[in-house]
Amino acid sequence: MAAATPRKRRTWTLDRVSFMLVFLGLPLAIYLTFVVSPLLQAIGYSFTNWSGFNSNQSFVGLDNYVRLADDAVFMTAVRNNVLMALVLPVLVIVLALALATLVTVGGSSYGQTKGIKGAGFYRVVSFFPYAVPAIIVGIMWGLIFDPSSGLVNGILTGLGLEQFGSYPWLGDSRTAMPVMLFVMMWSFVGFYMVLFVAAIKAIPAEVFEAARIDGAGRFRTAIAITVPLIRENVQTAWIYLGIIAIDAFVFAQALNPNGGPENSTLTMSQRLLVTAFEKGQFGMACAMGVVMGVLTMGFAGIVFLINNVTGGRDRVTMA
Amino acid sequence: MSTSTTFRPRSSVDTDQGKDKAVAGVSHFVLALWVVLVIAPLLWTLMTSFKSTSEIFASPFTLPATPQWQNYADAWTTAGIGNYFFNTVIVVGSSLVIVMLLGSMCAYVLARFEFRGNRLIYYAMLAGLTIPIFLAIVPLFFVLKGFGIVNTLPGLIVSYVAFALPFTVFFMYSFFRTLPYEISEAAAIDGAGEWTTFFQIMLPMARPGLATVAIFNFLGLWNQFLIPVAINTNTKNYVLSQGLAAFASQAGYAVNFGALFAAVVITVVPVLVVYVIFQRQLQGSVTAGTMK
Repeated sequence: MAAATPRKRRTWTLDRVSFMLVFLGLPLAIYLTFVVSPLLQAIGYSFTNWSGFNSNQSFVGLDNYVRLADDAVFMTAVRNNVLMALVLPVLVIVLALALATLVTVGGSSYGQTKGIKGAGFYRVVSFFPYAVPAIIVGIMWGLIFDPSSGLVNGILTGLGLEQFGSYPWLGDSRTAMPVMLFVMMWSFVGFYMVLFVAAIKAIPAEVFEAARIDGAGRFRTAIAITVPLIRENVQTAWIYLGIIAIDAFVFAQALNPNGGPENSTLTMSQRLLVTAFEKGQFGMACAMGVVMGVLTMGFAGIVFLINNVTGGRDRVTMA
Repeated sequence: MSTSTTFRPRSSVDTDQGKDKAVAGVSHFVLALWVVLVIAPLLWTLMTSFKSTSEIFASPFTLPATPQWQNYADAWTTAGIGNYFFNTVIVVGSSLVIVMLLGSMCAYVLARFEFRGNRLIYYAMLAGLTIPIFLAIVPLFFVLKGFGIVNTLPGLIVSYVAFALPFTVFFMYSFFRTLPYEISEAAAIDGAGEWTTFFQIMLPMARPGLATVAIFNFLGLWNQFLIPVAINTNTKNYVLSQGLAAFASQAGYAVNFGALFAAVVITVVPVLVVYVIFQRQLQGSVTAGTMK
């Protein structure tokens, strides 16, 4: 049968050859030149002592990595990023799930599962922070937490807490990191809430109906039905948020460009740019990039592993 | 008695409805708190952008005595935001057009043609989606330098295109897969070449997908910060995000806070407008993204 046989290889006409060259060749050339080749070069340079401004570079093996492990400032940055990668996903996912649950099952418990009234409004507003450029989010919250003219200290002193008259939220090593985590959370919760709302809506209403008839309350339903059914989405969110936390450059740069008090908000990314473009240690900077890449992939791997070990593999699907 | 498992007695429904109201009330309360937390900072920034610097320091709550439009003029000219705005429009506009064109071309070939290496290219693109830009940024600087376009707008445009390409190809690929084969076959029978088929038939059919990807790319590129900070260090060529960061870190000394707030508003408004106009489409595509 003609329909069943694989389509015949078409002949190579001028039209076809030029088409393939331009359509595939052009994008690929740009991608290889400006993305793939720099990536591979970075790995190569990380084993050299190249300074970038002359051609003097010699192979130094793992020297850069050994020196990084001994570099107290860089290790502080690593610890900060790891801390963020552990805390940020939990904060954002718990809050986003809670809000998504309120929006989707806050409505009537009788008959069809209904969303809460005004769900559309809540969704649209929640998405706002995602549309605001991250650098602006950082600058704006920097102004809000400003010691003397900021909104936060204004509210706190207004409530009679005079000790907050000029409390430097971002200038105190005890609060700088929590404030940064809060700002990042503000920026991302809405996006993941919308994502979870979409996932929850994709669950057939009969599932909730059945749970209800079996006598499960809303909280029980959320924990025992909703979360397991959108497990895949939670995993994706977890990985994305981890990647964001291991980068965190924009927020760190907007809130405390110099790494904050006692380097309490310093990130690997900030350190990398200083090492490369201020100190001119390009080999070392590339090694930092590799460390970031390895941590990112390690994080994703661990999330996959944990999800599988805890039973994500034999998940229930609603296909 | 009709108390089968599916029908609850009347009285139970009544108490349920009472409980429903309570749950809805609590839900609305919590969600309203959240909405305030989202909107209040934005409104406060907008209000403060109309205050004079002395008013800003006097109290964070008082309304401006007279709206200081001067802040906007200062931000636009003295702080150079006007210039950065212009640069951003050029860079984001050109890279958006180029990446949409190149991305859909590449995705189309990968999705509709079988040849050796097809899978390899596809996975190479996919890998580009996950690897942090930071890993590539230092050598990228020297690659651009080699072409003589480091610290120039064309250099920035090429970098934006290259790094937005994987996302564009990835999403347009799945879109081109869903378009029916019969139509392109009919076009071929009618004598249309590959070029004609793509530009006159396939690309127009892919318009909904193009729109969604373009909006995401617009937001991503408009908000891009790392690439310009690393490879576009000439003040004259700054884009908004980096110009604003520079202005903010300097405003601590220069103390034109009013202009800083105004600059923030100038940067946010275009993206919020784009978002509000296209929010239905964006939210729809978030849904589509989770369904696959």
